[in-house]
Amino acid sequence: MSIKLGVPSKGRLMEKTFDWFGERGITLGRAGSDREYAGRVEGIEGVELVLLSAGEIPRELAAGRIHLGVTGTDLVQEKLANWDQQVESLAEMGFGHADLIIAVPACWADVDGLDDLDAAAALFRARHGFRLRIATKYHRLVRDFLRDNGVADYQLVDSQGATEGTVANETAEAIADITSTGDTLRANHLKILSDGLILRSQATLFRSRKAQLSDDDRRVLGALVERLKID
Amino acid sequence: MPLWQGHTPELRARVRSCAARLRDGFEAAGAVPVECPILLPAATLLDLYGEDIRARAYVTSDALRGEQMMRPDFTVPVVEMHMADGAEPARYTYSGEVFRRQEEDEARANEYLQVGVEIFDGSNPAAADAEVFALTRKAVEGLNLRAATGDIGILMAAVNGLNTSAPRKAALLRHIWRPRRFRALLDRYAGRAPVPAARAALLKAEDPFAKAGMQIGLRSRAEVEERIATLREDAGTDPISDREVGLIDAILSVRETLPFALERLRDIAVDMPSISDAVEGLAARAAALDARGIDIAALDFEAAYGRTHMEYYDGFVFGLYAGSRPDLPPVASGGRYDTLTRLLGRANGRPEGMPAVGAVVRPGLVVELEENA
Repeated sequence: MSIKLGVPSKGRLMEKTFDWFGERGITLGRAGSDREYAGRVEGIEGVELVLLSAGEIPRELAAGRIHLGVTGTDLVQEKLANWDQQVESLAEMGFGHADLIIAVPACWADVDGLDDLDAAAALFRARHGFRLRIATKYHRLVRDFLRDNGVADYQLVDSQGATEGTVANETAEAIADITSTGDTLRANHLKILSDGLILRSQATLFRSRKAQLSDDDRRVLGALVERLKID
Repeated sequence: MPLWQGHTPELRARVRSCAARLRDGFEAAGAVPVECPILLPAATLLDLYGEDIRARAYVTSDALRGEQMMRPDFTVPVVEMHMADGAEPARYTYSGEVFRRQEEDEARANEYLQVGVEIFDGSNPAAADAEVFALTRKAVEGLNLRAATGDIGILMAAVNGLNTSAPRKAALLRHIWRPRRFRALLDRYAGRAPVPAARAALLKAEDPFAKAGMQIGLRSRAEVEERIATLREDAGTDPISDREVGLIDAILSVRETLPFALERLRDIAVDMPSISDAVEGLAARAAALDARGIDIAALDFEAAYGRTHMEYYDGFVFGLYAGSRPDLPPVASGGRYDTLTRLLGRANGRPEGMPAVGAVVRPGLVVELEENA
C-alpha cells in the first residue's frame, strides 16, 4: 500500500504544485514523456503521484480513492456537500488565487450591489417575461449565496467556459465566475458587485477523511506532513 | 432515521397501507382520487418557485423533452389538471412519492410518500379552510400532535395599507417570505438605515452613465434609466412612519391562542383599518373551525407562522407537529394558495386563478410515531 497524492494533470497549477513540493524537498514529476499521465515521486518513500483533472480531485478525495489532493477551495466547496466533513484542509499553498464573484454589465449604472441586482431582477422579469439569467458553473455556491442574501427572480444558466462572453451574446444578463485580476471582466465590459464576493479560493492541499489508512500509510502520512512542515 | 430508505418490506407495507387509509379517509369526505405523473416539466416549476427549487428537487433530462423534475410535491400537477378539466369547484385527494434533494442532512428522507387533499371552491373560503384543517387533524388523530396556525394574509393586508408609494409596497410584498430582506427594506423605507454611499452618489450624479462604457446585454439603457428615475422619485418619498412600522411589528409579534390573537389583531386594526377585512376573515375561519368541533380556545395562532418556509401560501397556514419529536418535520401541513393558482393560470388560460386550499400528510412519519407510541 501507499499514500496516493492527486495533483492537477496540466498547466500552471501542476507546475506550481511541483514547485511547492520541490521547495520542501519532495520532487514530483511525470514518469516518462510529458504526455504521459503516470507520475513519479522522489525524496520520500511510500507516496504515489496520481495526475488528475483538477475538477475531479474533490470527488476522488470524497470517495477515498486518493489520500491527499491539490485543488482549489472553490471546486471543493462547489462539488462536495458538507465538504469539511469529507476533507480536511492541510495547507493553503499560496498560488492559484481566484475570487468567485458576481459581475454585471458596467453599463448598468443603477446597479452597485446585491440589493440593486435583486430589484433589477424583479423589473427584468416583469419586462421580459423570464427570470434574469446568471451564467455560471458554480451552481451550488452561487445559489446558496443568493438565497442567503435574499435575491429573487433570477435563474442560473450553465456556462462551462468563456462565461464573461455570455452577456454580450445575450445568453445571460449577469455572471458568477472566478477572477484573479479582473482584466477579463473589464475587457468584456463587466463590473463586480460591491458586495458580490462569494468566496476567496486558492490552491490547497486537502486530506481525505474517507480514505482507508493502514498503519504503514499512517506512518508515511505523518512523515510527509512533517517534511511539508504543515502540521 | 429516514423512514423510507433501507427499511424492511414489512415496514414499507405498513407505510403503504397507512397512505391508503389516509387517502380513503379523504375520499370518504368527498374528495375525488387523482393520479399525477412523477416526471414534471422543469420549466413550470422553475418559473414558479425560482432557482431555489433546484436545491430541493431532482432534475433530470433527455434530448427530447429537455429538463424534467421529479415531483417535489403534488400542488402544481393537481392545479394544472384541475384547470385543464374546466376548473369547476372540486375536491381531490392523492397519494404517492415525492422526491426532495438533500444536500446537508443525510438523515432527511429524499423520497417519501405524501397523501393530500385539495379544495378548489370559492363559495365559502373560511369554511373550506376549516374543512381542510379538520380533515387533516382527523387523519392523524390519536398521535397527540401540536397544531401551529397562522395567516400570511394579515401581514400582506398591512403592507398593502401602508401610507407609502406603490413601488415600496410591491418591494415589501415581494419579500414577505424573506424576513431578513423584508426587514432591511422596511428599515430603509422608514429612514432608519442610512442610504448606501453608492446609491447617494448615483442620485447626485449629473450623468449616471459617465463610467458606464459600452451598452451590452438584453437589459436596455431605457430599463436602466427607468430604474434610476424610480430611485430618484423614491428618494423624495416620505419615510414610512414609526407608527406604521410599530403596527407591523405588533402584527408580527402576535402569538396567542386563537381567541386572544383575534382580540389583539382587532385592537391593532383600530389603528390600521386596512387589516380589518383580513382580521374578520380570521374571525370567520375561527367560527368555521368551531362549527367543525375544533377547540379554538386551545388552538395556537402565530401571525408570522409559515413566513420562512411556506412561500406562496397567502392566507391560512398550518402545521401539525409531534411535540415529543422536535427533530421531525411537520407530520402534516397545509394552507391557502390562491396566488399560486393565478401564477399557474397565466400559462393555462386562467389568469384569474381560483380559490385553493389544501394539505399534505406524511404517512411515513405517522407510522414512525405510532411505532414509538
